[in-house]
Amino acid sequence: MPLRVQIAKQLPNFALDVSFTAGDAPLGILGPSGAGKTMLLRCIAGLEQPNLGRIDLNGRVLLDTAARIRVPARERRVGLLFQHYALFPNRTVAENIAFGLHNLPVEERSRRLAALIERTHARGLEARYPRELSGGEQQRVALARALSIEPEALLLDEPLSALDTHLRSQVEAELQETFAAYRRPTLVVTHNIEEAYRLGEQLLVLARGRVAAFGSKEEIFNHPPSLEVARLTGCKNFSRARPVSDHVVEALDWGCNLRVAHTLARPAAHVGIRAHHIDFTEPSSASASADNVENVFPCWLVRSSETPFRITLYLRLHKPPAESGEYQLQAEVFKEKWERFRKLPQPWHVRLAPDSLFLLPE
Amino acid sequence: MTFVAPLNLILLGSMDWSPVRISIETSVTATLITLAVGLAAAAWRERRSGPAAALVDGVFLLPLVLPPTVVGFLLLLLFGRNGPLGKLLLQFGATVVFSWPATVIAAAVVSFPLMYLTARAALEQVDSRFLEAARTLGASEWRVFREIALPLAWPGVLAGTILSFARALGEFGATLMLAGNIPGRTATIPVAIYFAVESDDMTRAFAWCAIDVIISLALLAGLYHWTRAQGRARWMRR
Repeated sequence: MPLRVQIAKQLPNFALDVSFTAGDAPLGILGPSGAGKTMLLRCIAGLEQPNLGRIDLNGRVLLDTAARIRVPARERRVGLLFQHYALFPNRTVAENIAFGLHNLPVEERSRRLAALIERTHARGLEARYPRELSGGEQQRVALARALSIEPEALLLDEPLSALDTHLRSQVEAELQETFAAYRRPTLVVTHNIEEAYRLGEQLLVLARGRVAAFGSKEEIFNHPPSLEVARLTGCKNFSRARPVSDHVVEALDWGCNLRVAHTLARPAAHVGIRAHHIDFTEPSSASASADNVENVFPCWLVRSSETPFRITLYLRLHKPPAESGEYQLQAEVFKEKWERFRKLPQPWHVRLAPDSLFLLPE
Repeated sequence: MTFVAPLNLILLGSMDWSPVRISIETSVTATLITLAVGLAAAAWRERRSGPAAALVDGVFLLPLVLPPTVVGFLLLLLFGRNGPLGKLLLQFGATVVFSWPATVIAAAVVSFPLMYLTARAALEQVDSRFLEAARTLGASEWRVFREIALPLAWPGVLAGTILSFARALGEFGATLMLAGNIPGRTATIPVAIYFAVESDDMTRAFAWCAIDVIISLALLAGLYHWTRAQGRARWMRR
């Protein structure tokens, strides 16, 4: 693998202790604020010194505490895109991008500058100062500048967080275009689950300085290895679980038995399902004896919360809620579907499809 | 005493204008030295912490808190015939005490803390992410300082330069101790005023005071316009 990282660093509140390898494809690094994501990037870029560890990039040793090797940041050839871009305020766009081209002959420099500006769609901005740019433009210039040194790895710290919402999808598409052309180790740090999923091909989940999950993003989202990772990847519904038979578990907090499609080598401690995987069945298919149909249960609405296109329903299973607030499941449905069944008399029926359920070991 | 007598002296009288030249030459030279040394010291100090650095801080700031006569006396010990630096210089046939360089040394030492303090504060104000970004882009530490840190800290460094220059122009005590009062060589405006008063020539003292006020006001006006022009730089306009 081109980038191999194995580092430990003591931080004020916890220890960063991370090891992973990254290939020539974008790796999303997901974690809550304060999990050590930025610190990890800074260690790889050479701006922070780990207490212990080893980093190598394409066979080049950047750090080896055992051999007392600490290559300074300026010699690492690692491009870092700062969270708020850190464009030099006293330099124009062209001067910012050309800062990393300092050692090249003049002709080569202007050729490379033009290519970078072209590649990052920054044409027309060359003579402006950073404070005269919009957030999206600043992002493009910062990316061009990071790429100017032809880095062997590219690190992006929350590349979209400084942008207005309406700009994000545009800039995200540009980033994906850049990644597709770059094809070298690329780490994208974010606390946004969807961004991590869209921008990374692989995913690393970081929690309090440790790697909580690392692998293909589909695998991590479909089969989170732990309760913590399930939570960090946005799962809202959990119940303590007790195995009943091979493919059946008892969900203690939901008061029912559930058939599951996947099993674990270790005994399951929890069962979970994502809010948008909860299915509402039409009354015709859910007969009067609903409990006989696999994983279908009657439910009552406790409360709801709307976003422009979706609605989150807080539900209680089996019997009407005694007091509001006592919900067991959180389901998310598109409003079109909600409009169809909201007028039907309760109880409604939810189906927890066996292949949407996942089991979590202790 | 009326204002007419000093005015007559300035316009028609037999003024020896050498203190003006000496004062300005001394202040300019001292400020240039202070700027270079103060910046280097501030840049050096910014990367260090701990008891050694704190001790260095104390030594650097001493000229600000000590009475100028004490500074002058210490310099006299250092540069005198039996002082360590004085002996060293004597081997090259140079004496500093009671020469023009002595006025420069006294002014530079006394104005140094102002330059050092303001430059350090200005460098500390520079967002470290800019410096880090420059490092990841392959810049040497010297280039990071010269092309990023210094330009961004420049308004503060400029303020320090102005303060230092003003302090150097007003320097009296240490200058008198180390350089004495040799008309045409070491007598600056403040020294000339002191000796005019001492020899009871109030008209001349008044004339020098008026000249000093005019020089200072002109200087402040010039600096005001210069700093405003600096503040209008396109990259920092709001």
